[in-house]
Amino acid sequence: MNSRTMTPWRELVEMVRMAANAVKTNILRSSLTILGVFVGVFSIIAVMTGIRVLQQNLEDAMNGLGANTFQFQRFSAISFDAADWEKYRRRKPFRIVDLSQLERRVTLAQAVSASANFGSGEASSRYAQTNPNIPGNGMTPEAFTTQNFTLGEGRGFSTADDDSGRLVCVLGFDLAAKLFPRGSPLSESVKFQGISYKVVGVLAQRGALFGQSRDNFIAIPLGTARRLYGENLSVQLQVQAPNRDTYAEMVEQARGVMRTMRQVPPGDDDDFEIVSNESAVKQFRSLTSAIRLGVAAISSIALIAAGIGIMNIMLVSVTERTREIGIRRAIGARKRSVMMQFIAEAVLLSEVGGALGVVGGILFGNLISFVVKAPPVIPWDWVGIGLAICSAVGIVFGTYPAWKAAHLDPIDSLRYE
Amino acid sequence: MSLIRIQNLARRYVMGTETVHALRGVSVQIERGEYLAIMGPSGSGKSTLMNLLGCLDTPSEGSYELNGKDVARMSDNELADIRNREIGFVFQSFNLLARADALHNVELPLIYAGVPPKERRERARQTLVNVGLGDRMHHRPNELSGGQRQRVAIARALVNSPSIILADEPTGNLDSKTGVEILSLFEELSRRGNTIIVVTHEEEVALHARRVIRIRDGLIAADETNPHPRAVVASVSAP
Repeated sequence: MNSRTMTPWRELVEMVRMAANAVKTNILRSSLTILGVFVGVFSIIAVMTGIRVLQQNLEDAMNGLGANTFQFQRFSAISFDAADWEKYRRRKPFRIVDLSQLERRVTLAQAVSASANFGSGEASSRYAQTNPNIPGNGMTPEAFTTQNFTLGEGRGFSTADDDSGRLVCVLGFDLAAKLFPRGSPLSESVKFQGISYKVVGVLAQRGALFGQSRDNFIAIPLGTARRLYGENLSVQLQVQAPNRDTYAEMVEQARGVMRTMRQVPPGDDDDFEIVSNESAVKQFRSLTSAIRLGVAAISSIALIAAGIGIMNIMLVSVTERTREIGIRRAIGARKRSVMMQFIAEAVLLSEVGGALGVVGGILFGNLISFVVKAPPVIPWDWVGIGLAICSAVGIVFGTYPAWKAAHLDPIDSLRYE
Repeated sequence: MSLIRIQNLARRYVMGTETVHALRGVSVQIERGEYLAIMGPSGSGKSTLMNLLGCLDTPSEGSYELNGKDVARMSDNELADIRNREIGFVFQSFNLLARADALHNVELPLIYAGVPPKERRERARQTLVNVGLGDRMHHRPNELSGGQRQRVAIARALVNSPSIILADEPTGNLDSKTGVEILSLFEELSRRGNTIIVVTHEEEVALHARRVIRIRDGLIAADETNPHPRAVVASVSAP
């Protein structure tokens, strides 16, 4: 006589083993059921991986501004909304004259700078020539610090360059490599929009953001840009705090100064944007949260459909295996054992689909990392969430069929044909 | 102490508006090591009695003591455990798991008894050897003959060393030659001290038992000992 009973752990192991056998036996049917779960999990993981790649890329690349620095600009850092775009366009641009006001009145700032895009054009050296899509930037000397530019070789702009509007330039890394494939570009001459500049410096490589190179531009002193293109250039203004502690206070002071300068009535919203590295990342997150939510909703529907598929196939399976259930009950299986066996089967179907969906989703989602030239990511949190949801789907939709199996009458089941 | 003590056992089924009295009050004592046949025409209540004896069903009235334990009022889980440890079923249609090989079929009761994998494999193997199927362990039921299938089923019934082997028309699906082989296996098991209860409507089968209980209309019509049980001539443990 045997007085042992199953420990819960052994029971679980045995039931999973039985479930695995059953899943293997009906391979076609199992595969089709698994496919449903696969689609649901695949879509959610693929999108989440894609977004994570972009976010990672953005965070890595969000060094467009120096430490403790923000920028005044008309446009928001990231926006997909056409209505917003119209609002931004109607705002009054910043002018070069605003710079001296800021310098005088934002007393907490360590540095204030301005930069202006004065249009794209063709750049050429005596070796090579580019397409006419190279952006030209005018920069004050301080803008190198506030925009986090690191020089690879040569120097930045001096106050004298700026004040007297000298025809000097600093090249982005990619542009320098293109125009001067061999040897140093320093002291060479570069022609941009028909004007010749002397190269005084080359920037260190900054990499790509969302697949776009940030090293393909030419910079000249802002004073020079004013002289050549006029006082009415629209500029962006950067303000840098000496340290982290004073940053927040400085932002508020600068905001107040800017509102006064632009005559914003008290109580109205700012008619400008304050953008920092952090705020851009934050904005990206809030924008993508809508996408995430949408995908989560669609995937949930897909998973519910898949769950119903599992339930359906489990109900068929219970009916087909009535005899087997009767045999198991006759030789001593408790109701709970039968129930566990069938729930394990449902969870297994769901988890196999989930695991395949996770792998497929990560691979597919990382395709975007090739497009934007960023390192691939594995969103571990979503892997966990995805698999947990699969278990839940298996348990929720497997319970009723399993309950039905466990509560079959053993005598009737043994006679079932 | 008797192995089985049944007193006034009754079982009623309600079918729609009608109540069927399948068993109307049966009292029986069965001793350890008996080889007993329960006989009766269909509708006599013998299947109901078998289901009650096998703890697949609970009586409407009366008491049933198995090994001194009152099983008539046990919970579903307790009954499952009793079936697992005390009762080995042998069915007319074998009732093996079609997708599992012989060894796994025999292992099954040990899984539910919580026997660790290595030990249960060994015990199942040994039991299969004992019923003469040492060379058929990894065959599935559809690769075995009827007689071999019934041997697998008997091995499954034996593997947990139960108090009773309960066989329901064990030769009903077999030709007469194979049927005789199975009966000879029962005789051998009986000689080794197992308690065997065979439910049958075939006089031929019942004649092998040492005691025959005849059921008619839900009551015991006769309870007679068979002084000269028919012995099977065929060699007993040959495969």
